[in-house]
Amino acid sequence: MCRAGRSGRCHAIAPLTAAPRGRVPHASVVALASAVALLSLVPLGFIVWVTVETGWHDVIALIFRGRVGELLTNTVLLEVCTIPLCILLAVTLAWLTERTNIPGARLWSWLAVAPLAVPAFVHSYAWVSLVPGMRGLWSGVLVSVLAYYPFLYLPVAAALRRLDPAIEDAAASLGLGPWRVFFRAILPQLRLAICGGSLLIGLHLLAEYGLYVMIRFDTFSTAIVDQFQSAYNSPAANMLGGVLVFCCLLLLGIEVLVRGNERYARVGSGAARPADRRRLGWFVIPAIALPLATAVLTLGVPLVTLARWLYLGGIGIWRMDAVGSALLQTIGLAIAGGLLATIAAAPMAWLSVRAPGRLQRILEACHYYVGSLPGVVVALALVSITVRLILPLYQTFATLLLAYVLLFLPRAMIGLRASIAQAPVELERAAMALGRTPGQAVRQITMRLAAPGFAASVALVALGITNELTATLMLSPNGTVTLATKFWSLTSEIDYVSAAPYAFMMVVLSLPLTLLLYVQSKRTAGQ
Amino acid sequence: MTFSFTHLTSAALALAAGLAATPFAANAAGSEGIVVYNAQHESLTQAWADGFTKETGIKVTIRNGSDMQFANQIVEEGAASPADVFLTENSPGMALVDTNKLFAPVDADTLAQVPETFKAADGNWVGVAARSTVFAYDKTKLKESDLPKSLLDLADPAWKGRWGASPAGADFQAIVSALLELKGEDVTKSWLKALKENTTPYKGNSVAMKAVNSGEVQGAVIYHYYWFGDQAKTGENSKNVALHYFKNQDPGAFVSISGGGVLASSQHQKEAQAFLKWVTGKGGQAVLRDGDSYEYAVGNGAQSNPKLVPLADLQAPKVEPSKLNSKKVTDLMTEAGLI
Repeated sequence: MCRAGRSGRCHAIAPLTAAPRGRVPHASVVALASAVALLSLVPLGFIVWVTVETGWHDVIALIFRGRVGELLTNTVLLEVCTIPLCILLAVTLAWLTERTNIPGARLWSWLAVAPLAVPAFVHSYAWVSLVPGMRGLWSGVLVSVLAYYPFLYLPVAAALRRLDPAIEDAAASLGLGPWRVFFRAILPQLRLAICGGSLLIGLHLLAEYGLYVMIRFDTFSTAIVDQFQSAYNSPAANMLGGVLVFCCLLLLGIEVLVRGNERYARVGSGAARPADRRRLGWFVIPAIALPLATAVLTLGVPLVTLARWLYLGGIGIWRMDAVGSALLQTIGLAIAGGLLATIAAAPMAWLSVRAPGRLQRILEACHYYVGSLPGVVVALALVSITVRLILPLYQTFATLLLAYVLLFLPRAMIGLRASIAQAPVELERAAMALGRTPGQAVRQITMRLAAPGFAASVALVALGITNELTATLMLSPNGTVTLATKFWSLTSEIDYVSAAPYAFMMVVLSLPLTLLLYVQSKRTAGQ
Repeated sequence: MTFSFTHLTSAALALAAGLAATPFAANAAGSEGIVVYNAQHESLTQAWADGFTKETGIKVTIRNGSDMQFANQIVEEGAASPADVFLTENSPGMALVDTNKLFAPVDADTLAQVPETFKAADGNWVGVAARSTVFAYDKTKLKESDLPKSLLDLADPAWKGRWGASPAGADFQAIVSALLELKGEDVTKSWLKALKENTTPYKGNSVAMKAVNSGEVQGAVIYHYYWFGDQAKTGENSKNVALHYFKNQDPGAFVSISGGGVLASSQHQKEAQAFLKWVTGKGGQAVLRDGDSYEYAVGNGAQSNPKLVPLADLQAPKVEPSKLNSKKVTDLMTEAGLI
C-alpha cells in the first residue's frame, strides 16, 4: 500500500531517452506534447515580439501606469474572494450530496452541476435584468461564484465518491471525531480535485470578458478588449496582455506548489466499498436549505429572467432563419473544436500522470497558461500572424479552431488527467509483459480506461466553445454568426428581448453536454 | 464502452479538415458579392444591404466590429484585406484608413449625391449618415438652468460623480477627437484628466443612457439617436431622460459623420462602388428617414426622420473630418487612464 509517499517515489520515473523493454517510449509522447506546447507559446511569443518592437521606454510607460494598478487590484481581489468561496460551497455541497442521507441527493447533485449549462454572461445578463444597478467587485464575486463553482463541485464530488472508506474507519478507530476525520483523512485526499478545480476557476476569472462587462467590473480582459476596440492590436493592448500572462503563470506556480506530487491510486487487492452515508438527523433542514438556495440563485434567477424576456418578446423574436443558422454553426464549431482540443491534450495528460518531472512540468505549464489567456489575446496573436505570415489561413475556420484548441487545452487536460491517473500503470506493464507493444498497451489499456475522461473532456471543451465570445468575434470567417456573438451584439444594444432566444438556445445546447459531464463523473467512481 | 482512439482521432481530423476546407457558412463572397466591414449599427447596415441586394441582386456579406478596430485591422491587412467596403459610425476611422492610402477614390456621381460638409476633401470616402452629440439628462433631477453650457463645463468639480460616458467606444472618442481639433492638446488633456475624476464609465451609449434613466448618474454624453430609438420601442430605458443640445459651435455640438469607402485592394470595385452609390442615394437615405435608426440623412435633398431636431438647427462646430486624429486620442485617453 503506497498511498501518500511524500517523495512520490512510487512512480517509476522513466528516463526520457531510449525506452527499456516494458516501458512506454516516452520520447514520442514527449515529442507530441512538445509540439502542442510550442503552438501554445505562439501568443506569448507574439507579445514578446510586440514588446521588443515597442521599445523599453514605451513598455515601461504602458505597464507601470495607474490604470494597470487599478486593474491588478480588481483582478487580485476577485481571485482572492471568489476561489475560497467556491471551495467552501463546492466541498460542502459535494459532502452533502455524496456522503449524507440528504433526501433527494441525486437531484441536488444534478442541480449543483446544472449551472454549467448557463453561460457566464447569461448569468450576469439575468442578474443585471433583475437588479439593474448591480456593479463592482461584490457583484463580480457573487456572479462568478454562481457561474463557476460547478467546476469545483464536479471533481470534488467524484473524488469523494471514489474514496476508500477504510481510511476513514482507520482514522476513526484511532479515536478521531467526525470533524477531525474529515479534516485529516478526507480533505487531504481531495487535494488534487480541489487544486485542479480551483486552478480552472482562477484561470476563468482571468479570462472572462462578457460577465464583467455586464456588471461593469473592469478586469484585464475587459480593458484589453477596450484597447482593441479603440486601436486594434496596439502596444497598450498587448502590454496588458503581457501582465495578464504573468498573472496566469503566478497562478500556475501556486497550484503546483499546493498540489504536491503524492500518489492517489490504489494498489493491491480489493476495491473500495461505497462509503456509508452519514445520517443527518434534525440537521437535515439546514442541510437542504443550502443546495436549495444555491439552485435558486444559479438556476432560478437565469431561467426566470429568460422566461420573462421570452414571454415579453412573444413569437416575433424567433426568427428561425437567424436563430437556426447560428445554432448550426455553433454546434459544428463546438464538436470539431472539442475533439481537436482533447486529442491535442492527450499526450500531455498522459505524461503528466505517468512521467512527472521537470520537463513535463514545463510542458504542462505551457498547456495551462495558454488557456488562461483571454480569447482576445490569443485571437490578436493569430490575427496578426496569419495576416502577415500565413495569409491563406487568415479568417478561416482552421485558425478559429486552432484558437479554440489553445483556449481550451486546460479544460481538456483536467478531464483526461484525472481519468488517466486512475488507470493503474501496472496494467499497462502487464499488457506489455504479455507481448503488447508499448503503443498498443497505451491504446488498449489506458486509453480505454480513460475513455470516459476523454468524453468528458470533449464535452467540457464543446461547452466552452458554445459560450466563447471574443475569439469567435475576431477570428470567425466573414458571415459566421454563433449564438454567443449574436447574443452579445443584441445585449450591447440593450435589446434584451431579442437576445433571449439566443441565450435560451445556448442553455439548451449546453444541457446535454452538462448532463454528459455529470453522468461521466458518476461513472469515474466505477459505479 | 468500446472505444478506439485511433478511429476517433482520424474522424476528428477528417471533420476538422472538412470544416477548414469547406466552410459551412457562407463566407468569402462569391465572384459578384461584396464583403462589408461594418462598424455601423448592425440593423441599419442590414437594412441597407437588404435594400441594395433586392435592387441589384448583388450579395452582401457583413462582418461586424467597431470603428477603430476595423480601421486598424484594415491597415494591418493592407493589400490582403478581404473587405470591399468599410462603413463606420464616425470619421476618425475613415481618416486613419485614408492616411494609409488604402481607399480607392469614390465614384464622382456618388460624391455628387452628398454635400461638401459630409465628405472627405480628397474624395476618398463619403458620408453615409450623421449623428449629433447630446447631453442626455435625468429630467426628474435636473432643470434647464442646471445644464452645462459647454462640454468643457463637465470638467468642473461640481460635476464629479454626476455624469457618465462610454470612453472605450468609438462614438465618444470621436467627440474627443473633435475637441482636440477645436481646442488643442492642452485643453483636451486637462479635460480628459477631469473626466477620469468625474465620470462613471459605461460600456456603450445605450448602457450609459439606461444609467441616467435609472438614476445612477444625472447625465451622460452620448449621441442623439439612442434616445429616439428607445422612445420608439418601449421607452423603458429613456422615460426619465431628456436631451440637451449644446449648440453655439461648442465642441459638445459636434456632428459626427458616419463614413463609407471602397478599399483600393477590393477585387469587386464595380459592385463596391455601386453599394456606396446606393447607400448615399435615394434608397439608402430613405432607410434613415423611415427606419428605426434615427440617424441623420446626409444626401442632397434627403429628409431625416421628422422627429429629429433638423441638422441645420444644431449649430455644429466646423471640423474638417480628415483632421480627426484617432491615434492621438487613444494615446491621450490611455495616458489619462480612461482605457
